[in-house]
Amino acid sequence: MNQIAPDRPKVAPKPEPSLYASHQKVQPRAVKGRVRNIKWAVLVVLLALYYVVPWFRWDRGPGVPDQAVLVDISHARLFFLWIELWPQEVYFLTGALVLGAIGLFAVTSLYGRLWCGFTCPQTVWTDLFMWVERRIEGDRNARIKLDQGAHDARWWKLKLSKHAAWLGIAMATGGAWIMYFNDAPSVTWAMLTGQASLTVYGFFALFTATTYVLAGAAREQVCTYMCPWPRFQGAMLDDNSLVVTYHDWRGEPRGKPDAAHGDCVDCKACVHVCPTGIDIRDGQQLECIGCGLCVDACDDVMAKLGRDKGLIAFETLKNLAASQAAVAGMAPGPARNAAGMAARTPQKKIRPRTLIYAGVIMGVVALMLGAWMLRATLTLSVERDRAPLFVQLSDGGIRNGYTLKLANKLRGEDLHLALVLDGPQGLHLTVQDAMEDAAGRPILTTRDDGITQWRALVTAPPGLALRDSTSITFRLVDGSGRTLVTQHSAFMGPRR
Amino acid sequence: MPTKIEKDSITGQETTGHEWDGLKELNTPLPKWWLYTFYATILFAAVWVVLYPAIPVQGWTGLTGWTARGALPAQMDAERARQAPMLARLREVTAEQIAADPELRGFALAGGRVGFANNCAGCHGAGGQGATGGFPSLADDDWLWGGSFEAIHTTISHGVRAGESDEERGIAMPAFLATGMLTQAQINDTADFVLSLSGRSADPAAVTRGRELYAENCASCHGDGGEGNRDMGAPRLNDQIWLYGGDRASVVRSIAYSRAGVMPAWRGRLDPAMINMITVYVHALGGGE
Repeated sequence: MNQIAPDRPKVAPKPEPSLYASHQKVQPRAVKGRVRNIKWAVLVVLLALYYVVPWFRWDRGPGVPDQAVLVDISHARLFFLWIELWPQEVYFLTGALVLGAIGLFAVTSLYGRLWCGFTCPQTVWTDLFMWVERRIEGDRNARIKLDQGAHDARWWKLKLSKHAAWLGIAMATGGAWIMYFNDAPSVTWAMLTGQASLTVYGFFALFTATTYVLAGAAREQVCTYMCPWPRFQGAMLDDNSLVVTYHDWRGEPRGKPDAAHGDCVDCKACVHVCPTGIDIRDGQQLECIGCGLCVDACDDVMAKLGRDKGLIAFETLKNLAASQAAVAGMAPGPARNAAGMAARTPQKKIRPRTLIYAGVIMGVVALMLGAWMLRATLTLSVERDRAPLFVQLSDGGIRNGYTLKLANKLRGEDLHLALVLDGPQGLHLTVQDAMEDAAGRPILTTRDDGITQWRALVTAPPGLALRDSTSITFRLVDGSGRTLVTQHSAFMGPRR
Repeated sequence: MPTKIEKDSITGQETTGHEWDGLKELNTPLPKWWLYTFYATILFAAVWVVLYPAIPVQGWTGLTGWTARGALPAQMDAERARQAPMLARLREVTAEQIAADPELRGFALAGGRVGFANNCAGCHGAGGQGATGGFPSLADDDWLWGGSFEAIHTTISHGVRAGESDEERGIAMPAFLATGMLTQAQINDTADFVLSLSGRSADPAAVTRGRELYAENCASCHGDGGEGNRDMGAPRLNDQIWLYGGDRASVVRSIAYSRAGVMPAWRGRLDPAMINMITVYVHALGGGE
């Protein structure tokens, strides 16, 4: 077994495509333009929202958190402006997330990867980190030179200040996350004075670390390798979706700006500004997050050359194919450009796909609105005793015990409600420790934003021959006789 | 080991020298970080074995001396210390006062539920449902020795026929056949009368004969109409609840050989606070008076 086999005849080593590509650091160049301005505006608004929202106050009365948006874990409540949700109502949050997901599908099918390119936290924070990096280390060429040069005093100074700035932003990000789950002013003070809990510091460290690593080091690798969304959003795109596209019918053959070449002068500006380090001229790629910075870069070059903008543009693949077909066989030049542009048609926005998305969105919105409007702020749960199943009384009657839980989700006045039993004539209802009203009905009292528990006993007098299981109904009735809650249960007895 | 490291001509990678049917195994070592992590876990395990009780040998506790069993008392003490102020308050008041104070009542119901499950449910059943054969239901409205807070507390403290020196709850029923106080025929007649007290059809002649016997032998404890006597723990005989079964044969057997259910006395075994808590819990089961 362990013998060395004679060498096989030498064959020329074949260069196989490697399955593992070592990471090439992407050093994007700064760019100015329309898309970049939109991206800056979106970045400022989203970051401002993230950092400032926990500080908004909302008066809910004494003894209640006054933070406008708060996930109060210890008291198991979610506060959103005037809305206060209990844990069992988490489906409203689920509904909002479903709505967000389908909204994302709809936007993607119309305008491509707007989420990835403009609003995804990964993109926003990476953009912010890149801006800091550019301010400290300089633009693309300066950074490449710095990284290739010796680790001298200047290198250390720049690198240390960059990482310190990144860490500062990361800590602010991690700190702001904590504030959505705690009262912002008090938890900030507690964290600064070392009084906060280990949990708070733990999550602060976790979100600081993830921000620092994901936006500082991982960057485009998150989008390319980690994120599932690019993998399946291809299913939402079709020929009528807007995607960042290189008009090859107009640009090729690329080369010198003369009559023999197309409009692309192969300046590589689009490659240099790309935050994921790809060449959009290669066509549609998984790595492209659709940020459109190459659109700005190319427009800038085209303007300098006195040519039409839009060699790289947000364009539908349908138009791209139409232009390609229209200019087939034509020589580069204004005539080809005009023919290609003339073949374009306005984007078809109303398609089965977008209609279905719109329908589903409206359906979910209707469902959520309905659920919200029918949301019970007063609930009654009835749990029948299992041991004993029923109790035989000395006069031969049968008694069942029930645990009633009365939840009142509102804050304000306590309600006093009469408990009524609907069932076979003769059943008698009593509630331990409950007052009774003039009609002899037990009065249950609710608690402000809380649950009260009661023990009810239902007795069947001797001679009332019931089956071994009889369905009964508990009702809570307010002062005006209106039924507020109904809950079904059963009355058990011996088999007859 | 091969004497010379061979390189695969196609991939340029070294081989391990192993060959199977002309196929050679390429030498693809584990990544370094993986290997070092693996070594680190071995080192960690070695340190762990020395410090903690990792070897299943009697008496080996590791250098730190830490054991999970040894850590338990401290946790139990901390828990006891946490409950101590509440238990101290529960010791000083009566069960009735506990029931009137919502805070004490909530604590007592939770603690009493646990105490009941540990000490009482074996005979009285979960939820106090009881069982035929001498295990009274605690959820119904029939009480042998009384269903007030005070009576329940006394029963739990002294037990029933537990041989307490003060003879509290110590009375028992005589065995009428075994002691020769009644003949079998007389007992049968008495049983017929007893059944008639709860309105069940019986032999009218036997009932008439039994009435006299009942008045002489049974009424002093069970009452003239079978209404029972809680002072003596004598059950009601005119209701639908039968501790040992209500059919004629069971009643006959009860009269002939007596019934004397026993419950242990819990004072001295249970903390006074726990007896109070169980009292409140039992009272709340549904039959409290």
